[in-house]
Amino acid sequence: MAARAAGGQRVIVDILQWLLSPEEWSGEGGILARLLEHIAYTLLVIALAGLIAIPAGLWIGHTGRGRWMVTVANALRAIPTLGLLFALTLVLLPLLPGASAFIVPSIAVLVLLAVPPILSGTYSGVEAVDPAALDAAHGIGMTGRQVLRSVEMPIALPLLISGIRAAVLQVVATATIAAYVGLGGLGRYLIDGLAISDYVSTAGGALLVALLALALDAPFALLGRYIVSPGLTGRTRRVRRPTTDPTPAGGTA
Amino acid sequence: MEWILDHLDDIKSLGLQHVWLSGVPLLLGLVIAIPVGWLATRTRWLRGILITGSGLLYTIPSLALFVLMPLVLGTSILDPLNVVVAMTIYTIALLVRSVVDGLTSVPDEVARSATAMGYTSVRRFFGVDLPLAVPVIAAGLRVAAVSSVSMVSIASLIGVDQLGDLLIDGFNRKIAGELLAGILASVLLAVAFDLLIRLAEHTLTPWRRVQQGASA
Repeated sequence: MAARAAGGQRVIVDILQWLLSPEEWSGEGGILARLLEHIAYTLLVIALAGLIAIPAGLWIGHTGRGRWMVTVANALRAIPTLGLLFALTLVLLPLLPGASAFIVPSIAVLVLLAVPPILSGTYSGVEAVDPAALDAAHGIGMTGRQVLRSVEMPIALPLLISGIRAAVLQVVATATIAAYVGLGGLGRYLIDGLAISDYVSTAGGALLVALLALALDAPFALLGRYIVSPGLTGRTRRVRRPTTDPTPAGGTA
Repeated sequence: MEWILDHLDDIKSLGLQHVWLSGVPLLLGLVIAIPVGWLATRTRWLRGILITGSGLLYTIPSLALFVLMPLVLGTSILDPLNVVVAMTIYTIALLVRSVVDGLTSVPDEVARSATAMGYTSVRRFFGVDLPLAVPVIAAGLRVAAVSSVSMVSIASLIGVDQLGDLLIDGFNRKIAGELLAGILASVLLAVAFDLLIRLAEHTLTPWRRVQQGASA
C-alpha cells in the first residue's frame, strides 16, 4: 500500500513535469497546437450543429409539427458513440481522398451527436412558453414571425443555452475518442499514450481534456445568467418545469 | 449476421461484463444520490455547492476520467474498478439534480398534511416525499442508464473488456458484422435497462394508476 502511494506520488510529479515542460508545449504536435485543434473542432462542430438544430427546433416548437424528429434524435443516443464513429468511418473511408477520410467522418459523427441536445433544448424551450403569453402576443396583433422572434425565442433562450452547453461537453469528450480514427486534438495524447503504455502523457492529456471541458463550460454558465431577459429570471420563472438536467429530453429512447 | 451467430458465446460473456460495468454504478449512484440530494434540499447553501459540484463532475470526458482514476484510487490502469467508480461518479452527477427536483416537486400541502398526521421527518421522507419524487428520479435514471451503456464501451480503449471490444476489433479488422453486433447488443442493453427502470417506476407509483383509472 505504501509502495503504491509512493509510486502514485512519483507519477503525479512526472505528469506535472510533462505538463509544465516548454518543449512539450511548442511545435507542430505540441500541447498548444493540439489544444487549439481541439477547440477549433469543437467550435466548428457546434456551429454546424447549431445551424441545423436551432432552426429545426424553433420550427418544431413554433408549429408543433415534426415532433418525431426530436424522438428520433433522442433515440439515437442509445447507439454507442464509439460504434457510431467506427461505423461511419468504415463506410466513408473508401469514398474520401487522403486525410479527409479520417477527418470528415469524425466531424460528421460529432455533428450528429451535437444536434440532439441543441434540438431538444430549442424545441422544449419554445414549447414551454406559456400559452397565455402567446395569446397575448397574437392579441396585440403580432404576426407569427414576430411572435417567434420577440416572444418564443427569448423565453426559449435558457433551455437553448443549456442544450448548446450539453452539446459542447459531448463534443469535447467525443473529439477525444475520435483521435482513435485519426482526428487531431488533445485526444492524440490519450490514444497514442495508451497505445505505447506511456501513462504519463496519457494522464497528462486526460488532465488537459478535463480542464478544457471545464473551461469551455464556464462561459455558458455565465451566459445563462446574463443573456436571459430579466423578466424571465424573476418570480415569473415559476412556470418552468424542473427538467433542467443537461439533456432536456423527454427520455424517449 | 453470420458473424453474430458464430460468436454468440463471446457476445454473451462480453454483454454480461457490460451489464456489470454499467448496472452496478447505476445502483450505487442512485443509493448515494438520494441522501446527497436530500441534504441539498435541506440546507440552502449546500444546495448550490452540491448541484454545481455534481454538474462539474459531469463535464469531465469519460475517457479522461477512466485514465485519471488510477491516480485517485491507486489502482492499475487495467482495473475494472476504475470504470465502476467513474461511472458511479457520472450517475451521481446526473441524479443529484433529479433527486433535488423530485423532492422539491412534492406539493407543500401534501408535506404539511403528512406532518399534521404526525409523521416524523424521517418517516415523512421515506413514506411521502421519496415515493412522490419517484417519477422525476426515474426520468433522471433513464437518461443516466442510456448514457452509461454507451460510455462503458469507451473503456475498451483502456483495455477493460465489455461489448466495446466488438466495436474496436470490428473496426480494426474491418469486420462489419462484429461492429454491427457490438452496436446492436449495446442498443438492446440500453433498451432493456430503460424498460426495467420504467417497470420499477410503474410498480413504485401505484397511485398514478388509480388516478388514471378514475379519469378514464
